[in-house]
Amino acid sequence: MAKQTLGDWIKPHPTGIYVEPGDFWIDPSEAQGMAVVTHGHADHARSGHSHVMATPETLAIMETRYGEYPKATPMAHGEIARIGEVDVGFVPAGHVLGSAQVVMEYRGERIVASGDYKRRADPTCAPFEVVPCDVFITEATFGLPVFRHPDTAGEVQKALDALHANPERCVLIGAYALGKAQRVIRHLRDLGHHEPIYIHGAQEKLCNLYQDLGVDLGELRLATGRKKDELQGTIIICPPGALNDRWSRRLPDPITAMASGWMRIRQRARQRNVELPLILSDHADWDELTQTIEDIGPKEVWVTHGREDALLHWCMTRQIKARALNMVGREDEDD
Amino acid sequence: MRAFADLLERLVYTRSRNAKIKLIADYLIGTPDPDRGWALAALTGELDFRTVKAGLIKSLTEERVDPVLFKMSRSYVGDMAETVSLLWEPRPGAEPAPQDLRLSSVVDRLMALSRAEAPLQMSAYLDAMVPTERFALIKLATGALRIGVSARLAKTALAQAFALDLDAVEEVWHGIDAPYTALFAWGEGTAPQPSHEDIPVFRPFMLAHPLEDARVDLSQYAAEWKWDGVRVQLNHVNGETKLFSRTGDDVTASFPDVADAFQIHGVIDGELLVKGDAQGTADQGGEAASFNALQQRLGRKTVSKKMLTEAPAFVRAYDILFDGAEDLRALPWEERRRRLEAFVPRLPAERFDVSAIVEADDFDHLAKIREGARSAAIEGLMLKRRDSAYIAGRKVGQWYKWKRDPLTADCVIMYAQRGSGRRSSYFSDYTFGCWTEAGELVPVGKAYSGITDEELRFLDKFVRGNTTGRFGPVREVEKTLVLEVAFDSVHSSKRHKSGIAMRFPRIHRIRNDKPAAEADRVRTLEAMID
Ligand SMILES: [Zn+2]
Ligand SMILES: [Zn+2]
Repeated sequence: MAKQTLGDWIKPHPTGIYVEPGDFWIDPSEAQGMAVVTHGHADHARSGHSHVMATPETLAIMETRYGEYPKATPMAHGEIARIGEVDVGFVPAGHVLGSAQVVMEYRGERIVASGDYKRRADPTCAPFEVVPCDVFITEATFGLPVFRHPDTAGEVQKALDALHANPERCVLIGAYALGKAQRVIRHLRDLGHHEPIYIHGAQEKLCNLYQDLGVDLGELRLATGRKKDELQGTIIICPPGALNDRWSRRLPDPITAMASGWMRIRQRARQRNVELPLILSDHADWDELTQTIEDIGPKEVWVTHGREDALLHWCMTRQIKARALNMVGREDEDD
Repeated sequence: MRAFADLLERLVYTRSRNAKIKLIADYLIGTPDPDRGWALAALTGELDFRTVKAGLIKSLTEERVDPVLFKMSRSYVGDMAETVSLLWEPRPGAEPAPQDLRLSSVVDRLMALSRAEAPLQMSAYLDAMVPTERFALIKLATGALRIGVSARLAKTALAQAFALDLDAVEEVWHGIDAPYTALFAWGEGTAPQPSHEDIPVFRPFMLAHPLEDARVDLSQYAAEWKWDGVRVQLNHVNGETKLFSRTGDDVTASFPDVADAFQIHGVIDGELLVKGDAQGTADQGGEAASFNALQQRLGRKTVSKKMLTEAPAFVRAYDILFDGAEDLRALPWEERRRRLEAFVPRLPAERFDVSAIVEADDFDHLAKIREGARSAAIEGLMLKRRDSAYIAGRKVGQWYKWKRDPLTADCVIMYAQRGSGRRSSYFSDYTFGCWTEAGELVPVGKAYSGITDEELRFLDKFVRGNTTGRFGPVREVEKTLVLEVAFDSVHSSKRHKSGIAMRFPRIHRIRNDKPAAEADRVRTLEAMID
């Protein structure tokens, strides 16, 4: 019998991870028979699969975005299901509401596909759990040591400071519709901002869903159609793409802010015409990525996407075997 | 240091010129001496610490951070100072810098620093500071801020902060050294305006408006050629000669041949030209080469002997501001012209002549003469009111410039991209912009033709040395360099943010002598829409 290599039952493709002995895909970017989905972001959750397995929250998010799937199997954190010959379970990834790492056991090997994750506290979702494993499949969106996200509350406070210093203007925050927008709103509430927060129409459904799933966001109002004077001195949240488009021209002299890990780099912020960069991401920063690998202590690290070169180099200097999977279409430009 | 770092940070994220001016002005009002003076010196590019070079910062960083990760980070971020500020790993247990660490104490320390002390002091600072302060420190110490603020803009902010006349600020600026306490004292009204009777300081230029479609009465206006060179001011006092460009930059070192020949007490205004292949006929006052020939001499800190003999420079005088210590600026142009004609013959003839007056019977006759001028050294005509005093800046109705066709506009280069084929190793495609009424620079066109290889090399070097951002193949550059762009016509366009599009734009020439703030406005281009 030929010697088996660690994890050779998992086949990485540019379009997703195929798990052969279970005949299912993790986060496939093309329609597949069976898809196990880590979380609801569009680069991980797609429409068109015949059968989807995800956490109940992620399924709710996917249905809000894409409508119903022919077959959907909810599986809560901690449950274990057998798919083909593979035992599959979810543990929290701390990325957005419902986000999960996929823990797989087969042939005595344990492999964890973490999807996207972060380590710091997020009031809108369950925190990341460390699961010791043989192979840890990680992202590397912010895989360079220049990416160190500062304290979240401090960044959100900048928006409040700008608001108080400019009562005749409004603070327009560009934030990803799933996860980031709700996290920013929740932090604003925790910092004592209890006035109504205005949101862009494209964010209404997901904010409502978060509220239904028990994340209290306080009073939200649609920004569209409001008079300028009503919006003076308010905070408005919109998708990053709406920051500089016609929609924002009707607002009262907005202070353009954006909540994203990319805001750490000046040119990224300037490129988006951002006046007030808020460094705030749902992805792990450099210290979180390396800390996580140290905490888990895997035999091998596989990197799905991002700045993988630097993370591979870091693993090499610590004698951890590592390889790049070169997944395509997974770059979060706005997160 | 924290306040200065915050200022830089906010300037980086501010696009509108007026908002930048306000930020700087507020800082200058709210910050004590000598901190504000040092900040102003940093913004105007007048600080130079010889002991701290980019190479030192690089080697210090490599001691703290894995060099491979540093290199990857740097190529991702682009800017060295920013990269180091973000990934510097403080020595464990390093004390944070006190909140009230003053900019002046950092500057004093950097000035007194020996080469041997520099590594230790710089790492101590980097350990103690937060990322924004590190960024400011490295920019300050290595002497290149590159945050999209020109010296002119900083001086405008100073003038605005203390309600001073900008030209008066320019005039006293060159005689005062950082941290400019005399300047701030004047601004705050606690001391009189500093004066410089015995040093050759810059005297702001009188400028012209475009004539557009207007006509003038030649009994009230005199005409002279507008030469295609570089406008300069020569100033000699107390044994010292200075040559200033239109922006007030000291260009004496680039033109020692001219400066050495100007040894009479006084100040004249003229066009700097290079003797060349016989364009311009005798009745136009002598031989001048095209602007391209002059281009080779511009921007050089030292000039080779070969260059001095192959491209000798001379000045064609337009006006006189001082004759000895006598200030002539309030006199009518006709009177100054007589004084100029008496002054210039006292100078060496191979370096100085007077720009001839163009005689015409009437305006239509003058228009014909203008059309007939085909010399590359002539850019058009100047029309000067015969009774005009020499007033700094552009005063309506006094002086007009009447350029030859085609349509041209002065634009600021904003982005550059590599070319294709023969030019693929050069940044040869340029996007340039003009100013909106709100003081924001918006792109108005893109061009990749019209320049000589010499100019291409110059622009390529400018792009590489002044990159402020990289987006894929595109470099964003400091908004400081003016390109004169020629084009066939202007159309309105919904696709462009500026609302206009140029037909067949090409780079006409590089205007190193022109401040970016004086580039054309979008409104001027809109007026050309046919
Ligand atoms: Zn995600
Ligand atoms: Zn993702």
